[in-house]
Amino acid sequence: MTATVYVPRDSSARSVGADEVAGEIARLAGERDLDLTVVRNGSRGMLWLEPLVEVASSRGRVGYGPVTPGDVDELLAAGLTEGADHRLSLGLVEEIPYLARQERLTFSRVGVTDPLSTEDYEEHGGLAGLRKALAMEPAAVVDEVLKSGLRGRGGAGFPAGVKWSTVLATPTPDVKFVCCNADEGDSGTFADRMLMEGDPFLLIEGMTIAGLAVGATEGFLYIRSEYPDAVATMRTAIEIAHIRGWLGPSVLESGRAFQLSVRVGAGSYVCGEEMAMLESLEGRRGVVRAKPPLPAHAGLFGRPTVVNNVLTLAAVPWILINGAAAYQALGTGRSRGTQVFQLAGNIARGGVVELPFGGSLAELVNDFGGGTRTGRPVRAVQVGGPLGSYLPASALDIEMNYEAFAAASAMIGHGGIVVFDDTVDMARQARFAMEFCAEESCGKCTPCRVGAVRGVEVIDKIIAGEEAAANLELLKDLCDLMVDGSLCAMGGLTPMPVRSVLSHFIDDFHLGEDGQVRPGGQTG
Amino acid sequence: MAKLEGETPVFSEDRVRALVEPHRHERGPLIEVLHAVQADFGYVDKRAVAVIADELNLSRAEVHGVVTYYRDFRSEPPASSVVRLCRAEACQSMGAEALVAQACEKLGVRVGERTPDGRVELDQAFCFGNCALAPSVTVDGRLYGRLDAGHLDALLEAL
Ligand SMILES: Cc1cc2nc3c(=O)[nH]c(=O)nc-3n(C[C@H](O)[C@H](O)[C@H](O)COP(=O)(O)O)c2cc1C
Repeated sequence: MTATVYVPRDSSARSVGADEVAGEIARLAGERDLDLTVVRNGSRGMLWLEPLVEVASSRGRVGYGPVTPGDVDELLAAGLTEGADHRLSLGLVEEIPYLARQERLTFSRVGVTDPLSTEDYEEHGGLAGLRKALAMEPAAVVDEVLKSGLRGRGGAGFPAGVKWSTVLATPTPDVKFVCCNADEGDSGTFADRMLMEGDPFLLIEGMTIAGLAVGATEGFLYIRSEYPDAVATMRTAIEIAHIRGWLGPSVLESGRAFQLSVRVGAGSYVCGEEMAMLESLEGRRGVVRAKPPLPAHAGLFGRPTVVNNVLTLAAVPWILINGAAAYQALGTGRSRGTQVFQLAGNIARGGVVELPFGGSLAELVNDFGGGTRTGRPVRAVQVGGPLGSYLPASALDIEMNYEAFAAASAMIGHGGIVVFDDTVDMARQARFAMEFCAEESCGKCTPCRVGAVRGVEVIDKIIAGEEAAANLELLKDLCDLMVDGSLCAMGGLTPMPVRSVLSHFIDDFHLGEDGQVRPGGQTG
Repeated sequence: MAKLEGETPVFSEDRVRALVEPHRHERGPLIEVLHAVQADFGYVDKRAVAVIADELNLSRAEVHGVVTYYRDFRSEPPASSVVRLCRAEACQSMGAEALVAQACEKLGVRVGERTPDGRVELDQAFCFGNCALAPSVTVDGRLYGRLDAGHLDALLEAL
């Protein structure tokens, strides 16, 4: 019998040698006349174990990792193809606690299937959500999403169903659009990428359902250029879906049209902001547009447009298959369903953890993540990307939901969690927040464009001890001004990490007596 | 449009027009066209800006404005090798700044510059989405994670 060996094609796995491992397995299997095929699956998201090689055995899939090309000969000799024991053996992959303890709705197929196999997709439940949607009235689909409580996973947490019902209700002279935001520029986030590389048909299915629900016939998927593998995988998957009739003039022979194309960004963080993204999709500079009008009323080319994050759209097929109530049953408060958390930075076990809202940050960082990779104490954790707050180690008992984070002057954002050990200089992290904003600002509004540049200067002065007290006051005023006066959340949220450093890590500014700052005192 | 591996084609207006052609009927195709031109020539030549403007019925200022707005688009040919170190937060937490300093030292350049022989360019990036396996670098587009000083040295030596 032919043995099936899995080696991920995910770009993180490739960044640590998965291609070389896959090549070596094929080569040595040839030499040894072994009957095996190598499938390039997505990654299971246990990234510290990559390259993670799996083999299908009678007991289930057995894992080995991290595997280097040099290990392959020995692994094959030990009986890899039968799932034999070896020092690199991880046992049954689905029993590894990191995975077993998750509740994977959106990521259920990622790492399991061959991402570009339509057979795999359908065998593992793919298309069922779309079939269900096709049998429903558009308004009923929107209602289901509304009732599920699904909120936008791109950062702002706006209810997806509310957005969809606005687009459904807005008339158009010709077309409506669905635009999927796959710009994923936040450091510490990679779930969009892993989903696109690991289960591209799911995103296609989610976008198609959105199109059918709101009456949109065209979709665009805006992927950042830093993700060449995701671009290639999505392009191929879309081509296959068109050939199969999953997309096109008559989706699954329903007589209803939806077509989809990929657009590639060009290295601008602010193009993840939805108005800037629409400008970029129209072929212009990624300069933020003032709201209103909202994209739902007048979005891409002035037409009613749904703009949603990858994970928002990818959650929809599950909701249709299992029902709004099942999704609503997961989570806590007004944070319903699951969130795909991403453990990143200085972390022993980095990767993707999909869980219902409601656990604690400590559980993620310590239980799943295993603390820092360097083995030193955790000092700070930045949640929600470069515009999110830094939380001190003492605050990790915070519950993972939108409201708890808002109450702590923080945000969950896209679910990225970046861990720092006790060697971090938080004054520099505050400076970086301003520097990043200065670098990435689209330049349209003054509070963001000029404020960020001034922010860097003022922080430099505080660090250098120049009139620290006065400059600290100036920095707080500047933060207020950026929050109140910026056109979009680029300038409006940049003060969030800065203020969090002032609140929790003020010691790193080494203010003297004249600094007159109450340690740990509230700022801004 | 056949092109040999690693070969940069000679600029010609016709070649640019042919690159525009498949995108002509797309909605808002300018950025797609610029990606296609850069993929082919390695950069977006001033002369290409004029041709693209003409073909897409845009003003030159508009095309020029887009080329200069986006970090990806180059107006000059790239060095034969481009090294891009990630400097975003997740990589910072794993010592990215020390690696940047090491690369600058080793290549004798600052970030954004190329070596005197013009062969290697040192650039920065803000996130490759490889944040669980930080720090990261790309060398001529190929991504490497869990980078450390020794590995970076070896990658730079091999250029
Ligand atoms: C500076 C900035 C960058 C953003 N980047 C992204 C991004 O990369 N991906 C994303 O989905 N949303 C991003 N957003 C949020 C979008 O503006 C928008 O809220 C989101 O795409 C809507 O989709 P959702 O409701 O499904 O979350 C960003 C916002 C700002 C202000």
